Amino acid sequence: MPENSIELVRTTLDGLYRSESGRILATLIRLLGDFDLAEDAMHDAFAAGLERWPQEGVPANPRSWLISTGRHKAIDGLRRRARFDASQDKIADQLLPSGDFAPADVGTESDESVPDDQLRLIFTCCHPALAPEGRLALTLREVCGLTTEEIARAFLTTAPTLAQRIVRAKAKIRDERLPYQVPAPEELPARLDAVLQVVYLMFNEGYSASAGASLTRADLSGEAIRLGRLLLELLPEPEGMGLLALMLLQESRRAARTSPSGELILLEDQDRTQWDRALIAEGVKLVERALLSRRFGPYTLQAAIAAVHSEAASAAATDWPQIVALYNLLARAVPSPVIELNRAVAVAMRDGPEAGLALIDGLLQRGVLTEYHLAHSARADLCRRLGRKGEARASYERALALTQQEPERRFLEKRLRELEE
Amino acid sequence: MKYICLGYIEPNKFENLSEAERNALVDACFSYDDELRKNGHFAGGEGLQGPQSAATLRWENGKVAVTDGPYAETKEQIGGILILEARDLNHAIQLMSKHPGVKAGPFEIRPAADLSGMMQESEERRG
Repeated sequence: MPENSIELVRTTLDGLYRSESGRILATLIRLLGDFDLAEDAMHDAFAAGLERWPQEGVPANPRSWLISTGRHKAIDGLRRRARFDASQDKIADQLLPSGDFAPADVGTESDESVPDDQLRLIFTCCHPALAPEGRLALTLREVCGLTTEEIARAFLTTAPTLAQRIVRAKAKIRDERLPYQVPAPEELPARLDAVLQVVYLMFNEGYSASAGASLTRADLSGEAIRLGRLLLELLPEPEGMGLLALMLLQESRRAARTSPSGELILLEDQDRTQWDRALIAEGVKLVERALLSRRFGPYTLQAAIAAVHSEAASAAATDWPQIVALYNLLARAVPSPVIELNRAVAVAMRDGPEAGLALIDGLLQRGVLTEYHLAHSARADLCRRLGRKGEARASYERALALTQQEPERRFLEKRLRELEE
Repeated sequence: MKYICLGYIEPNKFENLSEAERNALVDACFSYDDELRKNGHFAGGEGLQGPQSAATLRWENGKVAVTDGPYAETKEQIGGILILEARDLNHAIQLMSKHPGVKAGPFEIRPAADLSGMMQESEERRG
């Protein structure tokens, strides 16, 4: 067999790994009932492909071949190890396919159940019983196919720390027997919310790093959008639509929100010709669809606010009354001081800085958001517009003391310097 | 990606097992190594003779000094190394968690460092 056909098979398998490993893994977990066993089985199946396909040719349905080979590899492995550990034999017995089993059955069965298997995997990785950082790491590794080392780099942490999170999350799934299934309709809203939270956290981690020198880590945001699209394809719920829209609309401003030297540029100062019109069009369409469903929630409302911004030619030309109205709905749906703060900024744009300042001061007097840097920088900005330099300086300094993000620090320092001029 | 697994063992722990226990452990270890080999995960490995067989070289006062015994006296000594081919650290952890050798002593798993950049720079310096 010529050398290049092995290379050809390797390239084919690499491509299959990228496009199919999430689906293959999801089905193997269902068939084998264990994350680790399924992962090993999948890797072994790809290795078997590399060994056998150069001679036997690439099978007509590579995914089915990999699934059925992986399943058999797992059972063989358990059988072999059972000679040294009796408990493994029982597991192998339980997994043994029924008498009339043939590889072709796996093919047809799995093709139909693939979307369900993928949803099962997403819901299990985002199970509320898992620690939040574990959910995020597990989803990136098992659903998105990133390696432990890649995820660690994206989160600015070490691979062993990240590896432990994944090991712990998997142990919890196994020990607490978290069910590998799509939740029942009555459970769906709460469980879907947990999934959307993971996707949005992933996006934000990539859009605005919580610490460190780089403001954006585009790869994480890209994965979040990919996952958002997949989720919507598998489960067309309005809030999934709203979340994808929100991410697309925020992503559309990526190029405009930092200067070439990495400095932060606020929405009102951004060069709007740099906004990605294709992403905006897609996002706006999704918002409209989600709003029409009348079953929308906070993600759709936030996306609707982002859509109003996207359609304005400048900060001044923005439909601020519309934005304030959307914030009113949002604050009613999910009461939160951060939403009140954003609403205050919109009110300042609609009615003038004084009106916004009164709302922010009201929040701070209630003792909420006093440790939140954006509350102080928003207050500083309104004071600056009102010409109240001393108060503006004090608030910028307070914000500076509270932020841990390098580009934001530089931004606040710049604003402080400008006050002196 | 290659991961180097350092297998540690307490001195005399192995020797103090009964013959049947020792055989069972050895058979299980070799059988698992075969499984790793079969699936392309075993990229090399050696068991080591006891620490009393070691010679340690050290730069001292401008010349190489040779002493016997291992460099550090610790309760656990390296008993063997295994070079593992795995997709990422969690995959390596998974594969080694099933290795029966972990019952005899801890494994330390470290990714192989990529020295190709360093080697290339060095070659350029050496001309």
